[in-house]
Amino acid sequence: MAKPKAKPAPATAYAPSHRVGMEVSIAVSDAVQLARAEAIAAYPITPQTHIVEHLSGVVANGDLEAEFINVESEHSAMSACIGMSASGARTYTATSSQGLALMHEILFIASAMRFPIVMTVANRALSGPLSIWNDHGDIMAARDIGWIQVFVENGQEAFDHTIMAFKIAENPKVLLPTIVNMDGFILSHVVEALEMVDQETVDNFLPPYSPRHRLDPKNPVTMGAFAMPEIYTEVKMNHQATLTNSYEHIVSVWDEWARLTGRSYNPVESYRTEDAKILLLTMGCLSEVAKIAVDELREADLPVGLLRLRLWRPFPFKDLRDAVGDAELLIVCDRAISLGGPGGPVMSEVRSALYGQATRPQIQGYIVGLGGRDVPPEAFKDIVNKAQAEMAQGTGPEFHLYGVRE
Amino acid sequence: MEKFGFAESQKYDTYASRLMPRAELFTPGHRACQGCGEALAVRWVTKAIGPDAIIAHATGCMEIVSSGLPQTSWMNPWIHVAFENTAAVAAGIETGLRILERKGKLSGPPPKVVAMGGDGGTSDIGLQALSGAMERGHNFTYFCWDNEAYMNTGIQRSSSTPFGAMTTTSPPGKRSIGQSTWKKDMVAIAVAHNIPYVATASPSYIFDLYFKVRKALETPGPAYIHVLSVCPTGWRSPTDLSVRLGRLAVETGVFPLFEVVDGTYHLTVQPHKIRPVKDYMKPQGRFRHLREPELDYIQKRVIDRYRDLLAKCGLPEPEFPFLPKEAPAEENA
Repeated sequence: MAKPKAKPAPATAYAPSHRVGMEVSIAVSDAVQLARAEAIAAYPITPQTHIVEHLSGVVANGDLEAEFINVESEHSAMSACIGMSASGARTYTATSSQGLALMHEILFIASAMRFPIVMTVANRALSGPLSIWNDHGDIMAARDIGWIQVFVENGQEAFDHTIMAFKIAENPKVLLPTIVNMDGFILSHVVEALEMVDQETVDNFLPPYSPRHRLDPKNPVTMGAFAMPEIYTEVKMNHQATLTNSYEHIVSVWDEWARLTGRSYNPVESYRTEDAKILLLTMGCLSEVAKIAVDELREADLPVGLLRLRLWRPFPFKDLRDAVGDAELLIVCDRAISLGGPGGPVMSEVRSALYGQATRPQIQGYIVGLGGRDVPPEAFKDIVNKAQAEMAQGTGPEFHLYGVRE
Repeated sequence: MEKFGFAESQKYDTYASRLMPRAELFTPGHRACQGCGEALAVRWVTKAIGPDAIIAHATGCMEIVSSGLPQTSWMNPWIHVAFENTAAVAAGIETGLRILERKGKLSGPPPKVVAMGGDGGTSDIGLQALSGAMERGHNFTYFCWDNEAYMNTGIQRSSSTPFGAMTTTSPPGKRSIGQSTWKKDMVAIAVAHNIPYVATASPSYIFDLYFKVRKALETPGPAYIHVLSVCPTGWRSPTDLSVRLGRLAVETGVFPLFEVVDGTYHLTVQPHKIRPVKDYMKPQGRFRHLREPELDYIQKRVIDRYRDLLAKCGLPEPEFPFLPKEAPAEENA
């Protein structure tokens, strides 16, 4: 896809940028290029393909000084990423759905060994039945892999967070791999207007990667030793503490980006939550649709607001509790289902995060948009109405699978 | 590389022992079983690769005995990730070093990259990653420590377990003679990838092993070395016979030592007289249940395969003293 010609940027206090319209996958690829990723291993899977196609193109043309290897599976992609990162190279990969599931085993190892790999997951439903369309079932199955995980809402966020992910991951006090989740097709394949920053700005923001430990004969180390029961728990505690403590570094990188570009990001975003008695909570690009519904409900004098969970791991407990405030009803819209369990994984975590609060809203879980099912603004309005009715009645079922055809 | 060519390596067999490196890169104190042929192989392979090499190791016996946190037996930079992905990890390391060298971030030439795994981690669960890495042409050397079963988990059969062998998951019984399939030919699979260097080796032939490792490392592109590693624990053999059994495997033609350089076969150790397979199988408890008909069946297969290999090497027939006089002549006609 040809890039539209850049227009001269208006004079502002922020770093130079230019506004372009481009497919979001290509914007992500451009972000990886601007971040000067050095080593990329990938295996094609819909809907991640446009990212790696474009990246292999810029490597082939010499526009990005990097090595791109086409491995024979996602399992090998993540394994090769570990090797690349261990050798000391800035490492990137992208995947979706079955690919994420195939690399599942290695994801835990990448984070436990503290390799700052950055990965885009173009979220897609898991088989079966086979579905190439969007939901969050793939990443929710990889919830506990010990990576930093962010959800983006639009192309601009996908671009910004891809660059920021490298800076967060490579922080010596973090050193954790990072996933940027973006909705497959619904976001990955749409053309959006976004502000691109230039190479100089990114170079100043993101210095070259200089690892503290790497595989080097001059200073040989053993990586990936096994642990007996005497030490395994301590290693896990270390990982847990690092992931939890990465919060402040994540927020600080986001703040730095805000000062640079004027685009600020928070772990939990609030939209029209002033005096809101009813809150919707969403992740990913469902949020933009939900905002339309909130606007329309507000016009009808319903005190509705929207919370958007951007940071999924580490889970922003305090931000969430503050953002919920004294709302009476919290409706969590999940795009994944924990079969035979409490319903949506996000709802179940939000509920447990708020359980200890002296005052807490009634929490209802709605599972929407599985396997690419469209979720229009009307759906959110309908959900708000149904949830209100249920709250008036008292208690309802554990969760609702919304929009099932009878 | 010419210095250590196939003909030269034969000469060193007798008198060069004092020239071998003294430094131990696989250090004592590891937890391998008594008589472990694999630990002996690792010791000599690491001596041959030297300190300027990065090792990626698969999960398995050698990983478990050598790397209990916070201790290590490895003097090289060493990484273990998982069971089935060692070749992919090595491919990643090699790729990373390539870009770092190109960007001028390495001081000096990039170190050699070596991958190591057991027969399960190579011919079963790791085959896909290995095939991918060989196909892509990464400059690395892969070592398969072949002890012919999943010894680390308790002697379960692998695709590399020889026909007739008893393992805990291929037990002989009223309806079973033990392992019912022939050993997977990993060397042929490696050769089929058209990589520049493939060899078999044995820690019972240290000099042959040593020079093959040197050649593999100095060959640009992928190299594969398949090392027969006698396992007294799994083979139910006396621990003091490990080196002897390794020699018997070669002398009986069960595990010939050869190399395939750019598709050309060379037999690197040529016994003048081939011994009967019984000599190799008898000291091993895993073959104890086999009777004459099965041993004859295995013997025939071993001779057939050995003759195939000799034909590929363009070598004349050795003596098979245990065969009836007319038999080899007849088959040669």
